[in-house]
Amino acid sequence: MWEYTDKVKEHFLNPRNAGEVEGANAVGEVGSMACGDALKLTLKVDDDGKIEDAKFQTFGCASAIASASALTEMLKGKSVKEAEKITNQDIADFLGGLPKEKMHCSVLGRQALESALSNYRGEAPKEQEGEIVCECFGVTDKEIEKAVRENNLTTVEEVTNYTKAGGGCESCHDAIRALIARVREEEAPVKRPKLSNIRKIKMIEETLEREIRPSLQQDGGDIELVDVIGNRVLVATRGACAVCKASELTLTHLVEARLREHVWPELTVEEVPK
Amino acid sequence: MKTIYMDNNATTRVAPEVLEAMLPYLTDLYGNPSSAYLFGGQVARNIRKAREQVAALLGASPDEIIFTSCGSESDNTAIMSALNTGKDRMHVVTTRVEHPAVKVLCNELIKRGCRVTEIPVDREGRLDMDRYKKSLTPDTAIVSMMWANNETGAIFPVEEAARLAKDRGVLFHTDAVQAAGKIPIDLGQSVIDMLSISGHKLHAPKGVGVLYVRKGTKFSPFLIGGHQERGRRGGTENTAGIIGLGRACEMAAQRMGEENTRVRELRDRLEKGLLDRVPNSRVNGGGSERLPNTTNISFEFVEGEAILLLMDEFGICASSGSACTSGSLQPSHVLRAMGVPFTMAHGSVRLSLSVYTTEEEVDMVIDQLPPIIEKLRGFSPFWKPEAQACASGT
Repeated sequence: MWEYTDKVKEHFLNPRNAGEVEGANAVGEVGSMACGDALKLTLKVDDDGKIEDAKFQTFGCASAIASASALTEMLKGKSVKEAEKITNQDIADFLGGLPKEKMHCSVLGRQALESALSNYRGEAPKEQEGEIVCECFGVTDKEIEKAVRENNLTTVEEVTNYTKAGGGCESCHDAIRALIARVREEEAPVKRPKLSNIRKIKMIEETLEREIRPSLQQDGGDIELVDVIGNRVLVATRGACAVCKASELTLTHLVEARLREHVWPELTVEEVPK
Repeated sequence: MKTIYMDNNATTRVAPEVLEAMLPYLTDLYGNPSSAYLFGGQVARNIRKAREQVAALLGASPDEIIFTSCGSESDNTAIMSALNTGKDRMHVVTTRVEHPAVKVLCNELIKRGCRVTEIPVDREGRLDMDRYKKSLTPDTAIVSMMWANNETGAIFPVEEAARLAKDRGVLFHTDAVQAAGKIPIDLGQSVIDMLSISGHKLHAPKGVGVLYVRKGTKFSPFLIGGHQERGRRGGTENTAGIIGLGRACEMAAQRMGEENTRVRELRDRLEKGLLDRVPNSRVNGGGSERLPNTTNISFEFVEGEAILLLMDEFGICASSGSACTSGSLQPSHVLRAMGVPFTMAHGSVRLSLSVYTTEEEVDMVIDQLPPIIEKLRGFSPFWKPEAQACASGT
């Protein structure tokens, strides 16, 4: 027996907004009988882009019904813009969490929402994107990559929990492993070329000149580079800045942010007396 | 809330008479049956009696009975013994609808280099006997074929299948965990070599099972240790469990008549009551010869776990072959092997009765289950009024 939260049980036993919205102008249908769960979402969006009403029809287990019920509750009263931002994790969170094997129910909700919103925008129903990887449940490489990226998945088992892919004959497990590896590689931090000290100092000078000095000089102040020790940037302020203690902290922060952005992400800025 | 227990193929209540027989062995009579003194020896004497009681239910001789810890151990022991004693025979014949104790073991054996043939079944769960005959080859070590299916109750012609195996010099094992106590078994009149039963399916406690091994059958123990069970299964006896199983087998023999009359009538009443009240429903395996206590009904366009959890609100206990309840993502392998369409397989519910089931309980399920299906269909995207019209026409 699954361990469901009280909120999942409550939404399953008393589903909110079951049925179809009359005069709906956003309809999304996902899933199939063969897969074991399906969801039809109908929305009525008013002229200002606000979701007036939301209803669902679900074929599926307790958590699929609860996820659909939760989604409609979350959508009512939201603008289309806000609705676009709802993730499958938001649906799961609304329910106080789902058993990991049941996360695909929240993904189904997210997919139905995407489908309904694209229907609202008048887009033609999306052609299937990508290649089918899991034949048993008809899951494509694009869907798997999306789930891996959005939910930070690392194993085949997790991919199965979120997308069902790999939950049948298991012959696609190698392909799923390869997809996970591909996404992980994309997300690995970009390797920066090594920065020589001379180049670093030159870039810091340039950045100070271009990004910081002009605004300081307007107020009668200035900043000077004293030294660079590793990633420590030692600066001194002059003129108006030097006596304005209140702005000291802000100034250091501003300079640090600019230098990190333009030169090297690990730089720290310290103010030293001239 | 009163529990309405309709899941007797999963496990059964321990009969009060069984518990009473067991209690002394959990309190005063704690001696080890292998000990030399009378305090242990009297326990050994009562284990002997339990062995006779089990043998009587099966039409076997007491020394053909080996006590184990469960049905799965018995199944594993039988199949591994055949492979260990079968010299170069590396082929196992089984069916597509076996219990995991056999099915998963066979999958494991394939990895170890064995050849496994799974005999298919038809839409009603009946075995393809032609395919079975053709599957037996000179390198076949053993056939393992369940007597009755746990999900549908469908009964296989194991006695005939055992004769065909014997003609070809192949050992024959049957998992009779669901059949024992519900339909007559007479091993004296059959050529079955090995047979498994499980205590907790016939009102004895969990943790005790039996493997019957016909006299003269080559045997290699699974659990190696002491001289218990005449060296065929090491480990100190589960004395209370064994005593309980003996008493349960004695009672099962006495209640076999009731099982096949009163329980069968209740099952039929339940089945008819539900089919009459719920359109687009059908019995899985209904065209097969079946156990008297089991019905497996599919309700189209709804999902099994949702049905079970709503039934649970009324205290009704049942099982489902849906994907979500199986813990995997696909519906039960038994229903898939029978070619039950997805629209039906996901919405299957197994109700299994026992001699403790009352008419009142059956009528409560007939009253409470149809509105549950109606509620779920009410928000199923696949449930359309046309479908309903179509069902009333058939």
